[in-house]
Amino acid sequence: MTDIFAKYAGLKTAAAGLTAHSPRNPFGVVIDYPVSATVGLIEGRETLLFGTNNYLGLSQSTAAAEAAIETVRREGVGTTGSRIANGTYSLHRRLEARLAEVFRRRHCMIFSTGYQANLGAISALAGKDDVLLLDADSHASIYDASRLGYAQVIRFRHNDPADLDRRLSRLKDHQGAKLVVVEGIYSMTGNVAPMREFAEVKKKHGAYLLADEAHSFGVLGENGRGVAERDGCEEDVDFVVGTFSKSLGTVGGYCVSNLDGLELIRLCSRPYMFTASLPPEIIASTLAALDEMQARPELRKQLYANAEQLNRGLHALGLNTSAHVSPVVAVTLETIEQALAFWNRLLDLGVYVNLSLPPATPDQRPLLRCSVMAVHTSEEIDKTLAVFAQAKQEILG
Amino acid sequence: MTDTVASITSMIIEKLLANPKVPRDITGDSKIVEDLAFDSLAVMNFVMEIEDELDVSVPLDRLADIRTISDLAVCLAALKADGHTS
Repeated sequence: MTDIFAKYAGLKTAAAGLTAHSPRNPFGVVIDYPVSATVGLIEGRETLLFGTNNYLGLSQSTAAAEAAIETVRREGVGTTGSRIANGTYSLHRRLEARLAEVFRRRHCMIFSTGYQANLGAISALAGKDDVLLLDADSHASIYDASRLGYAQVIRFRHNDPADLDRRLSRLKDHQGAKLVVVEGIYSMTGNVAPMREFAEVKKKHGAYLLADEAHSFGVLGENGRGVAERDGCEEDVDFVVGTFSKSLGTVGGYCVSNLDGLELIRLCSRPYMFTASLPPEIIASTLAALDEMQARPELRKQLYANAEQLNRGLHALGLNTSAHVSPVVAVTLETIEQALAFWNRLLDLGVYVNLSLPPATPDQRPLLRCSVMAVHTSEEIDKTLAVFAQAKQEILG
Repeated sequence: MTDTVASITSMIIEKLLANPKVPRDITGDSKIVEDLAFDSLAVMNFVMEIEDELDVSVPLDRLADIRTISDLAVCLAALKADGHTS
């Protein structure tokens, strides 16, 4: 009998190599429970959380928790069905209407996760005669969407509108629709897309533009609608995809658009049709988190101030970080051994960040992905910077 | 058409040899993943460099069938001859 796991021999060796040189499995960290939005209990110690996507701290929102409790008592814990069968409650419709209103768009579909929102929207929008143009550093959900659909897939250089322009020019005789996919803030590096320039290129070539604002919703723009709002080009972004599991602190995803055709996607998007819908308490807590996000714009201001403090501080330590100031700050290191040792030392000293290793990183180098929250105090950021300084001294010299 | 499979193969090998980590004895028959130790991302990024050189775009599904440097050259020559990416 052929060993069904034989193809993973290389992966097994690589994983064993990692754990052999690490006191703990970097991909098996358990947070016993969150003590607050910014502190979690890890290995029995209170640890500062600087590697989450909880940008506004709303995963610990009292209002969202109360809404969930009230709803779960009234409506139960799950829908047990798909959106196109028994899985649409009035709450699902209410959240779709609310998000459409927030984004000032006519249509909104919600999905059970942000991953499925990309998977479901992109795979259904780009059909077999169409061309999908993806930023080279796109999230796995975007690449997976391209494999679920039947469109021709072309990558363009990361954050490079001129390269997109060249590639669309080569397609000038192609008769199918062209869908360009970019992200607002890139999850691993914190790089911000030049959205206005991408919008100009897509207009020039008659293409559609889909922006994944998963990490920028609630973070950038006067009203938190993301990079497209910040850059004043929302009208030229045809589809916005996003998630509830970052700034809103819950789980789920959405796609909004002014194009009426979006409603047809409900009838052909497999990741929308063939999975259970979100439980009602998640919808209720997301609605409450959305209210809180809108009622407290000061959270965004504080988030930006905190991002500046963390970015500036890491840069001042001589660490290799992006020039973009965003709530995601990646510290790039040269070798996996360095990254592993650095990451372990940070955790020993009471700071959790995300460890990201090639090939899941953009340029073959390992990253320590740090993210900041609006609810981090200035003292917590200073303490983290001091821990980084100590770890740097010990590991890099 | 001035770009033949042979000339594209030479150009690919020349570009690969600019990377000091690539073995010096590569030929058209060298397997990109096994012999050059490229992972899937490295292959996609390398192809991007060649695309600019030849002014073509290689759809990702075409990469799935490419094993050797010659396979890549054949694919690029065909795309170049088509004058577009499909």
